[in-house]
Amino acid sequence: MTQTLAASSVLPSQQTDRANALPVAIFLILALVPFGAAFGPESYVLGLFTRVMVFAVAALALDFICGYGGLVSFGHAAFVGIGAYAVGIIGAHGVTEMLVSLPVALLAGAIFAYLTGTVCLRTKSVYFIMITLAFGQMAYFIAGSLAPYGGDDGLTVRLRSTLLGFPILQNDRTFYYFVLLSLLVVYFAFRTIVYSRFGRVLRGARENATRMATLGFDVFSFQRVGYVIAGAVGGLSGFLLANATEFVSPAYMSWQRSGELIIMILLGGLGTLHGAIVGAAAYLLIEETLGGITEQWKLIFGPLLVLIVLFARGGLLGLVDRIRGRPGRG
Amino acid sequence: MDWSTEFVEGLAVADPVLQLNDLHKNFGGLVVTDGVTLDIGFGELHAVIGPNGAGKTTLINQISGLLAPTAGTINFRGTDVTDLPADKRAKLGLARSFQITSVLPRFSALENVALAVQARNQTSYRFFGRADHEQPVNDAANAALAEVGLADRGQTLAAHLSHGEKRSLELAIAIAMEPKLLLLDEPMAGTGHEESARLVSVLKRLKGRFSMLLVEHDMTAVFALADRISVLTYGRILASGTPDAVRADPRVIAAYLGEEME
Ligand SMILES: Nc1ncnc2c1ncn2[C@@H]1O[C@H](COP(=O)(O)OP(=O)(O)OP(=O)(O)O)[C@@H](O)[C@H]1O
Ligand SMILES: [Mg+2]
Repeated sequence: MTQTLAASSVLPSQQTDRANALPVAIFLILALVPFGAAFGPESYVLGLFTRVMVFAVAALALDFICGYGGLVSFGHAAFVGIGAYAVGIIGAHGVTEMLVSLPVALLAGAIFAYLTGTVCLRTKSVYFIMITLAFGQMAYFIAGSLAPYGGDDGLTVRLRSTLLGFPILQNDRTFYYFVLLSLLVVYFAFRTIVYSRFGRVLRGARENATRMATLGFDVFSFQRVGYVIAGAVGGLSGFLLANATEFVSPAYMSWQRSGELIIMILLGGLGTLHGAIVGAAAYLLIEETLGGITEQWKLIFGPLLVLIVLFARGGLLGLVDRIRGRPGRG
Repeated sequence: MDWSTEFVEGLAVADPVLQLNDLHKNFGGLVVTDGVTLDIGFGELHAVIGPNGAGKTTLINQISGLLAPTAGTINFRGTDVTDLPADKRAKLGLARSFQITSVLPRFSALENVALAVQARNQTSYRFFGRADHEQPVNDAANAALAEVGLADRGQTLAAHLSHGEKRSLELAIAIAMEPKLLLLDEPMAGTGHEESARLVSVLKRLKGRFSMLLVEHDMTAVFALADRISVLTYGRILASGTPDAVRADPRVIAAYLGEEME
């Protein structure tokens, strides 16, 4: 009795075994990619899937704050860019140690989230979108004005991050698994949080913030903590991105990048977590494929996205549910 | 205590849980609360009645902290809460229900109530451990559901409950907070005869356990439940006293009860 009680008052998407089978399958595939890649253009495939996972980390953070918190942030790329610049700037001063640059990247993302969140979270709905967008653009222009660090041109990361002085990320395969491990940790961390007391408050505030306040929850403070977590994980994504591309540029923070992250989580299905990974993969792989076929790939990609978002509520995962005739997720 | 108030309003109570002091609220030029002074004693069930648009909901919104009064003070259990946000007032023991059902639609009935329990039970800045596996919280939530007759509806999404059940859920959420004062804004709104009779018996059981401020149009319910009644018209308290005194008050009959009682 207590078991059934406990299991049922939860997020609908996580109740079935199948819902667990999907994340397992996703991580299995990602773990096996390097083995498959060995038979083809290895560094190209590794690079592509590394990028997928790097953006999946950022998309997970966005799904957490947007899909579970109901806070549609249009400035999420700023956190990624800030994390990347942390690596770039520290590297420019000759420090490559990740025990330095990784905490700095996380902390920089968190601090930026705390400061901007304090302002943004006072507003609601469309104003929240606009003001997060504004802060994102602010970060973009500030990065472009950093003359000592390349300004608009960005700066090169000469050496990937080292651990205790060892260049452990220099090998593409090792780096791939490092990114996979990061993604795995982030995925399970978020999964734990959304079911926790804190996660329940965050989800409750998405449903009805006024009601939550009258229950005694300081909604603003809870949302800000959630926003800071998302900012820190965005910073982690930036740390990985700088190492993946060995380059840092203001373009990482542009509003287009923020928009792409939103499209990824819509594409994969909002508020599912693993949907963020599927969405990041789908987006980048479609972009890559169409880009290989025609210069005007965006002309095809744009309408395709609109169709998926319009007709497949719940994103690609929702579409799979429907084709199989199962009820969609909540 | 200013005892001219006691004399004029007949309202002063020995040990009030809530004191409204010359409360005013304007929306632009519209005066919606116009000098309301009111005390609610411990354990008292105080009904506020009045025609549509009299300002009853606006009053509750000010007491619960969703609206700031234009002037006047609100004292709750000896603390001036006039400038406190809603969540701080809830923490002090103020719970409310909403005239227009306000629950978390995509949460189960049980989880709606469990959140109310969680709010008063230890910190919610806990990032590990499944909240829905906390047995003490679930037990308390189930007890509150049982109290309003929703014992077997805990697993249903709030959005899928019937209107009457949602009204009961509102009540369960409020009592699960174990408040010192319960503000009920038309708990019977939109329910049928049977359902509202059932809710009256639920409220009868809750009476004495909580101090209550009850806003309600259903006069049968009000006169069956209230220890005292205040009549609000145009944002002002027209009369206040025991049910019998209010029923007999010619001003009240002229302004409000005349039509309602027919
Ligand atoms: N936010 C607001 N802005 C402007 N006017 C408002 C606002 N809220 C309420 N009012 C007005 O204040 C008056 C009182 O409204 P209120 O909802 O408090 O009445 P009520 O006594 O609860 O009525 P009912 O019995 O219909 O629930 C109404 O004329 C209403 O239109
Ligand atoms: Mg009202």
